[in-house]
Amino acid sequence: MKYDVIVLGGGPAGLAAAVAARCRGKTALVVGNRWQDSPLAKAEKIDNYLGLPGRTGYELLAEFQKHAEDAGVEFVTGRAISLMAWDGFTVTVGADLYQGGALIMAPGVVRQAKFPGEAEYLGRGVSYCATCDGMLYRGKDVVVVGRTADAPEEAKYLKSIGCAVTYTAQKRPDELPEDIPFVAASKVEVRGGQTVASVLLDGTEVPCACAFILRASLAPTDLLPALETEGGYIKVDRAMKTSVEGVFACGDCTGTPLQVAKAVGEGHVAGLSACEYLDKQSK
Amino acid sequence: MALQHFTEESFDKALSQPGLLVADFWAEWCGPCRMLGPVVEQLAADYDGKAVIGKINVDDEPELAQRYGIMSIPTVMFFKDGQEIDKKIGVMPPQEFTKIIDANI
Repeated sequence: MKYDVIVLGGGPAGLAAAVAARCRGKTALVVGNRWQDSPLAKAEKIDNYLGLPGRTGYELLAEFQKHAEDAGVEFVTGRAISLMAWDGFTVTVGADLYQGGALIMAPGVVRQAKFPGEAEYLGRGVSYCATCDGMLYRGKDVVVVGRTADAPEEAKYLKSIGCAVTYTAQKRPDELPEDIPFVAASKVEVRGGQTVASVLLDGTEVPCACAFILRASLAPTDLLPALETEGGYIKVDRAMKTSVEGVFACGDCTGTPLQVAKAVGEGHVAGLSACEYLDKQSK
Repeated sequence: MALQHFTEESFDKALSQPGLLVADFWAEWCGPCRMLGPVVEQLAADYDGKAVIGKINVDDEPELAQRYGIMSIPTVMFFKDGQEIDKKIGVMPPQEFTKIIDANI
């Protein structure tokens, strides 16, 4: 599927960007997790959003979501697992591909640092994508490090294709089937030689051929290494342009204050800038 | 020669020839692999006659995937005169591949 604008992230910034693009007559696709799972949905009260005081995060998000849907924004639920800037932009979500002419990054802030060994073993027994790499580990021991609401689904999938799955998280998720062994742990370390041999879960060694590390989103720089950052945030100019042509960023990922009002404003600018970029391209 | 679709037999034959050989390990169910597909096709067209470029479906050719210890796809491997010289794991822009190809043809 080809869209004018692809937005990564369905929070206030991403939705504002998508709505701005729709107002300019562009097609827009938002790739994101279920909005009900976002940290903002758990905010008890937001009192500084102009004109709508006292709403809960959940209420605000529900209204934003409805606005975007009514404006004709399209949605796909899931995590972007890879991204390619070539002939426009292509994003992979699970096994599906989506193409766009411009890209807007609005993934929020990824609050988790990488685990020891994670970067080192990426592609050698550390994977971010059960759908992609699961088949290569049929009949082998794998560990799912669940840091997202849909991780139990991915663990089920891995089990269904014949992987011997152990699941680890701080707390056992209700959705996790009884027949998948669970280890409660908060500290994870990936170990091995040439390839992964085990993971250390709060000090307990669990042998495995692959660790599937499933977070709510990949860091923007993992998706697009060419993105320049500053102090951990994506570097943007006033038009929300990043260092990569055709890529814009908005919301928490560009820096503080991590507030809804700022995210919406930046999203709006990013959406308009993306439209301007597309219009220039087509001339 | 345009993009090749290697079997174990045709791959081994290509590997026994002198020159540069590029192999993209992929599968139908792997989204990122399908995303990289057009890039590899373009490389095959651009380097026609200079390098042999082909794809290996890991479902159809599990022995080859096993032989080269493929643990994540897409993986693109580079061989010169039959010897492995480099390996790129994951999706990346064409320049990452052309750098290696240009330095070895």
